Amino acid sequence: MVVDLAADDDLYKAIILEHYSRPPHKGPLPEHTHYDEGINPSCGDEIELFIKVDDDVVQEVNFDGVGCSICLASASMLTKLLRGKTVEEAKEFRQAFKDWITVREPEPSPVDLDELEALGGVRNYPVRIKCALLAWETFEGALRKQSVN
Amino acid sequence: MTLSETRLIDKPTIKKDFPFLDGTIFLDSAATSQMPVPVCESMSEHYRLGASNVHRGVYDWSVRATDKFECTRRKVAAFIGAQDERECIFTGGTTDALNLLAQTWGETNITAHDTVVVTSMEHHSNLLPWTQLAERKGANLIWWEVTDEGELDLDQLPEILAAQPKLVALTWVSNVLGTINPVEKLIPQLKEHGATVVLDGAQAVPHMPCDVTKLGADFLAFSAHKMLGPTGIGVLWGRAELLEEMPPCRFGGSMILSVRRDRVRWAEIPHKFEGGTPNISGVHGLGAAIDYLNSIGMDKVRKHEVELVTYAMEQLGQLDGLKVFGPQDPARRSGVISFEFRGIHPHDLATIIGREGVCARAGHHCCQPLMKNLGRQGTTRASFYIYNTREDVDVLVGALKKAGEVFKDVIL
Ligand SMILES: Cc1ncc(COP(=O)(O)O)c(C=O)c1O
Repeated sequence: MVVDLAADDDLYKAIILEHYSRPPHKGPLPEHTHYDEGINPSCGDEIELFIKVDDDVVQEVNFDGVGCSICLASASMLTKLLRGKTVEEAKEFRQAFKDWITVREPEPSPVDLDELEALGGVRNYPVRIKCALLAWETFEGALRKQSVN
Repeated sequence: MTLSETRLIDKPTIKKDFPFLDGTIFLDSAATSQMPVPVCESMSEHYRLGASNVHRGVYDWSVRATDKFECTRRKVAAFIGAQDERECIFTGGTTDALNLLAQTWGETNITAHDTVVVTSMEHHSNLLPWTQLAERKGANLIWWEVTDEGELDLDQLPEILAAQPKLVALTWVSNVLGTINPVEKLIPQLKEHGATVVLDGAQAVPHMPCDVTKLGADFLAFSAHKMLGPTGIGVLWGRAELLEEMPPCRFGGSMILSVRRDRVRWAEIPHKFEGGTPNISGVHGLGAAIDYLNSIGMDKVRKHEVELVTYAMEQLGQLDGLKVFGPQDPARRSGVISFEFRGIHPHDLATIIGREGVCARAGHHCCQPLMKNLGRQGTTRASFYIYNTREDVDVLVGALKKAGEVFKDVIL
């Protein structure tokens, strides 16, 4: 688990700013099987997700788009953490993150949320929870859609 | 210049009339302004002394409510320079006023042979009612563009005049760029070419002297909550001869002269547009807000904002990597400053300065076509009003420096 407890900023943890600065999986993925875009109408942020599912496993997932540090860092973490999970596992993981982030005082999550725990600070800034969830809602939307290929 | 010279209202009065501002640097009056205690009291009086409907009862309470209601209409008319109080229709706000106008004047006047002009700096509320109307009617739609300096492109004016538009929807002051459009020059030219001019006054009426008669406009809309008044109340002003020709569009009580099974006669203006029980305490609040502004004087309100904006632009200009959108000359803008700082996303910026007690706005400010022009998703916006001071600007600048600190290692 990577949580930079040393950082004194309750929101802008180093790991968040690192993902925001240098997202490892950013840009379109031509050979995706699932795609969706998510928009936050209050700020105009837009996320695109490209997912390649093969053998019921999320083989690759990339994001593209524009948004605040919380939104893009969360998207970048998604692309890192869902890779290699089965579709079922990925859905459970998404739900676990959502359940954990949207309550004021969360129970320990049933799954290891890994770097996502650094996003827990958004609970102090309720309007920003939407930012942290945008990519994850988009992921849900993409899977719900029929496979594109 | 000393600090006290840019204080419009003295400290004890601010403390008394805006006690909640203590410790908060409120820089979001373009979204909604704060209500001074006398305005709150004027509204609550309607309930505390006994509520009643207007224009109906014969008992004292109703007489009191109705008198205050109609007296506010006269105050509004005087405040905006209207010649006839019947020209002032109470609405739910600017958006409501403009939709009402599109439904009545728009429906009856715009056809497939007409041209409608909107500017790319319009707030969605003076944009969508007209683009939707144009689409419904199959009318020709022209976008009046904004220059890189954030002003209406006057080079496009000949093209617009040549198209002889039936309607021009134009904001007086941009809620994003702060640009004050040269409406007193534009309106006569547009009208000479046959246009009806709809002015969005939401960001202008609260901040500077207004004289619709001198301007020669046809319609003007504004909201009470941006001028020290409550939400849910606003005004549509229109020239009487236009209003008289417009059919009513909200049917119900209070807007009729007589109803028979086979024939209905509408009330006179403005009542034929005010169907249903109005927002009575809201109207009272608007009246009290106008009293408050008048007690200061709109010339002084404007002068104070020019001073603050001048100071703010100087101070912000000293921050490395800060860009202010819109006209750089403070005399050509209102008390609204949209900016960008080192590429930090507006949401992040507003969150960090919010932690320092500064309330500012981040986002597209309901002007997405303009954001597209600027090549941005959104901006961070600070806006000033009568209670703000130079010290507020100093706190803002300090808070921005903190944000720069948090993001110093971020590559954008
Ligand atoms: C220029 C402008 N027009 C219209 C509006 C809409 O006003 P309201 O939300 O009060 O209807 C606003 C306020 O946000 C505005 O700034």
